Amino acid sequence: MGRYLLRRLIVSVPVLFGITLVTYVIVNMAPGDPVSALINPEQISALGPGWLEEQKHALGLDRPLPIRYVYWLKEVAQGNLGFSYTDRQPIADKMVHRLWPTLKLMLTVQLLALAIAVPIGVLSAVRQYSWLDYLATIFGFTTISIPAFFLGLAAIYVFAVKLRWLPTAGMATVGQPPSLLDSLKHLILPAAVLGLGQAAPLIRYTRSSMLETVRQDYVRVARAKGLTEHAVVYGHALRNALIPLVTVIALNLPQLLGGTVIIEQIFAWPGMGTLAITAVRGRDYPTIMAINLIGAVAIVASNLIADVLYAWIDPRIKYS
Amino acid sequence: MAQSTAVVAGTGDSTGLALRERGHGTGVWRRFRRHRLALIGSTVLLLLAIGAIGAPLIASHDPYAIDLRSYRASPGNGHILGTDSAGRDVFSRLLHAGRVSLSVGLVAVAIYTAIGVALGSLAGFYGGWIDSLVMRLADVFLSFPSLIIIITLASVLGPSIYNVMLAIGLLGWPPIARLLRGELLSLREREFVLGARASGCGGARLIFRHLLPNAIAPVIVAATFGIAYAILIEAGLSFLGLGVQPPTPSWGNMLTDAQSPTVLESMPWLWLPPGVMIAFAVLSINFIGDGLRDALDPYLHHR
Repeated sequence: MGRYLLRRLIVSVPVLFGITLVTYVIVNMAPGDPVSALINPEQISALGPGWLEEQKHALGLDRPLPIRYVYWLKEVAQGNLGFSYTDRQPIADKMVHRLWPTLKLMLTVQLLALAIAVPIGVLSAVRQYSWLDYLATIFGFTTISIPAFFLGLAAIYVFAVKLRWLPTAGMATVGQPPSLLDSLKHLILPAAVLGLGQAAPLIRYTRSSMLETVRQDYVRVARAKGLTEHAVVYGHALRNALIPLVTVIALNLPQLLGGTVIIEQIFAWPGMGTLAITAVRGRDYPTIMAINLIGAVAIVASNLIADVLYAWIDPRIKYS
Repeated sequence: MAQSTAVVAGTGDSTGLALRERGHGTGVWRRFRRHRLALIGSTVLLLLAIGAIGAPLIASHDPYAIDLRSYRASPGNGHILGTDSAGRDVFSRLLHAGRVSLSVGLVAVAIYTAIGVALGSLAGFYGGWIDSLVMRLADVFLSFPSLIIIITLASVLGPSIYNVMLAIGLLGWPPIARLLRGELLSLREREFVLGARASGCGGARLIFRHLLPNAIAPVIVAATFGIAYAILIEAGLSFLGLGVQPPTPSWGNMLTDAQSPTVLESMPWLWLPPGVMIAFAVLSINFIGDGLRDALDPYLHHR
């Protein structure tokens, strides 16, 4: 186990390396440069011919790409994500403020998705080919087919505009002392919209894992002992059937991150997603790179954690 | 020879695809036909495609014609679905947007399927260091937060319809490559491949004539689901203003206006139809994908 963990860690290193390289290359394919982007083109001539070059030199933008990459990598390794092109703030500081709202949203979404998916998945496996199973399939397909932003807009229209039950945007009501109820109210709509979409693949995997588990020998033994069907399914099969979900949740993280970006934008949620969109619109390359990097590291780490958790929960799995 | 493991059953039910048939299956088309949701999906998609292809004939107005006198007019008065913020006919734009959204989905998936099939065949057929290299590269691409990196690439290339196709196409190949590699790794040990090799067949000919036709079924299924996903991504990008740029209509950018509270509150004809169109298109393609999965690999689904 220890050796397995070590080997998985070592394999992650070239992947992380590749991620930084690809991100850096993509971002540097951009036409123009941040200096020109910040300056009103009509004023450039007024500032003199050498001014633009001087500014580029000051920011290190006149050096060749591989050298800039190495510089950037060295700083990133020391925890310095650089400075935003648009407001000159250290990106790492910005991230810290944005991380919690996004984590809070993602965690709620994941819990909600599990709460929806596990009962539905188990029931549709237990009653395979029943109308309930059929309905669950259609539900799953529908929720992955409706774009999250459209569902979000529709939810705002119904629950915020027409019924006036819930707030439309933000994490808390401005000018009110923070309260749990207020923050829950703000959380419900974005979490529900994303949670529905995230539940679909979980339903599918719960169902097929459950179907596979109930055919195992030990479940047959449990039945042969004369246990009730309820005890067999929920006491013996369910716990083992849920183990693969650990991997599914980890593998689904990229999708969840993508969904978060769009949902944050719609609900004006002050997290990493809105920061990403603002950065992309403002051609704020260091911030864009930092967000991609943090996202990628989170994905690599979660895959690693999922593998380790899997081995820990399920002793049948032997890793060499 | 590629057919040596294949039993082409179901007389006259040829789909024109060289598909692997295991055991006594009935024809692919016959199984697909039994999948009710897939049939509904095919019908809806066909209607959407007719609307998109025939848009210039069906549309009642020029989708680009600006008429500021009828600004955000409600449905009726010659405009079936009203007009948008520039006085353009929403129904006509909806049809023309279908062309954009459907073709972005098709082209983007065609790009990444081509890349994925090429890299996957190389990895699965040759193995060794080529395999390790391709798979590590796939790991790198799979570790990106997909939407964020697509947004990044789309904005770096400059938002336009072609760059959206390119951004999705360049980043979407790893699942296809992995899938094909896995199939080829198991196929290349099979006897019919040995037979082909023994008769002097090698390299490209072995891959294209013998291996790919027998490994392509799961790729077709994945690509079908991929089209649905690509349409969703394009809609999201265009909605955020990072994809297809107005005045060219796409279902996604027609929804951009709905970010304004006035539009959202009192002009549902501006944002409801494009959203419903996206959902219909994506849902029908997903149903077709599910039908294809059942039809192409009957053992996979009924577990």
